[in-house]
Amino acid sequence: MRVLPYGDSALLVETDDVLPLAEACRSGLDGLLDVVPAARTVLLLAEPGTDLGGLRAAVETLEVAAVEAAEVAAVEIPVVYDGPDLADVAALTGLSEDEVVAAHTGTAWRVAFGGFAPGFAYLAGGDPRLSVSRRETSRTKVPAGSVGLAGEYSGVYPRSSPGGWQLLGRTDVVLFDLDRDPPALLQPGAEVRFVARDS
Amino acid sequence: MLEIRETGPQALVQDLGRPGHAAIGVGRSGAADRAALRLGNRLVANDSHGAAAIEVLLGGLVFVAHRAVTIALTGAPAPATVDGRPVGHHTLVTVRAGQEVRLGPPACGLRTYVCVRGGLDVPPVLGSRSTDTLSGIGPEPLAKGTELAVGPEPAAWPLVAVAPVPLPPVDTVTLHAVRGPRADAAVDPSALVRTVWQASGETDRIGMRLLGATLETADGGGSLPSEGLTRGAIQLPPGGEPVVFLADHPVTGGYPVIAVLRDADVDRASQVRPGQSVRVRFT
Repeated sequence: MRVLPYGDSALLVETDDVLPLAEACRSGLDGLLDVVPAARTVLLLAEPGTDLGGLRAAVETLEVAAVEAAEVAAVEIPVVYDGPDLADVAALTGLSEDEVVAAHTGTAWRVAFGGFAPGFAYLAGGDPRLSVSRRETSRTKVPAGSVGLAGEYSGVYPRSSPGGWQLLGRTDVVLFDLDRDPPALLQPGAEVRFVARDS
Repeated sequence: MLEIRETGPQALVQDLGRPGHAAIGVGRSGAADRAALRLGNRLVANDSHGAAAIEVLLGGLVFVAHRAVTIALTGAPAPATVDGRPVGHHTLVTVRAGQEVRLGPPACGLRTYVCVRGGLDVPPVLGSRSTDTLSGIGPEPLAKGTELAVGPEPAAWPLVAVAPVPLPPVDTVTLHAVRGPRADAAVDPSALVRTVWQASGETDRIGMRLLGATLETADGGGSLPSEGLTRGAIQLPPGGEPVVFLADHPVTGGYPVIAVLRDADVDRASQVRPGQSVRVRFT
């Protein structure tokens, strides 16, 4: 763990255990406005005027327990694998299109962190063969429900937006709905399984 | 109830935002100049200094009060009238039922806050009445015909009639920062403080791009694994022109944060006009 400065009301913590640390900070530290998990870091946002030295010491001595997978319900996402980049992903990975689908559905993913848009989750921990770079040029419009890959991550576009992920397919599930509690379908730490369907 | 008759370039409902939802991709948002929002709410003696108010970009707002209200204007000093009679800035203004309030373009600063005694009572979304221009969460931007309910009178009475606080500067704005977590991503981080920057025309509630130099990146301008962002984070994208994130910043970003403004200076950064000179000082 390494704690880096981030202005007068935040600290950035580099860690190998992003989700357990984020959870430990949420439950074990007082006075935080938000805890922002990301790829390799957890950002702690405090009220201006907070004693950051004290916060740093508290983080460094925090007991970080493993997050139990059972704490967050698993989510199944049905996908029609007819995305415009399926052939490109097959070419990039050296797999056939069917093997790409099998790899994407064959292992469970886990919600690593949020960002980009409300309800968007960076899903990590999938089949390492599916690691592909983003498209060289972003699309100006990616439809809601598009399922894509970028780097080590998979993700589902919660709504229509510009985007540069390699699109494998599409789903009907609603990722973000303010009339639902919680509004985001994919909660931090949740296990996600993609399931292929025909239409 | 306030009835909006005209808006200028942008008029939004803002409070102190909805912190706590970054993990599901929802940013805090809230007033761009929080100090101005708090000051206005203090003047009208609202129980919460984060009560919802109207954030007005470059004046142009016209509304009619359908019941008597006490308001205070803070932030950018938009010249204001009530039924044609000029009223002051940073002070209490009484508006009688049926009177029209009109805001002209401010001579300095960008954003004026119309704080109302009782606060604006629009339905909160995830605990806040703020419009997040990045995610689209929160109330619709104000438009001709929008009706805004006003909350109940607070118990406390205003104690101060005028707040003697400085106005946003018209010339160079100096913003205080500390080195960021990825300061080493810039070959020469001190170039950030040596350069007299100019705020670009691409300035909105999400962020402000600084023009005047391109900072060389140590690794040739690559991205890094996504990290959390705050308002006030100064990010260095591959083009080398720094971006200062403001209230509606993305919750995570993939380019290095080389410096972070002091929280109080983010309020001042939010009042910098496109084309205005900006200096950054490390504290």
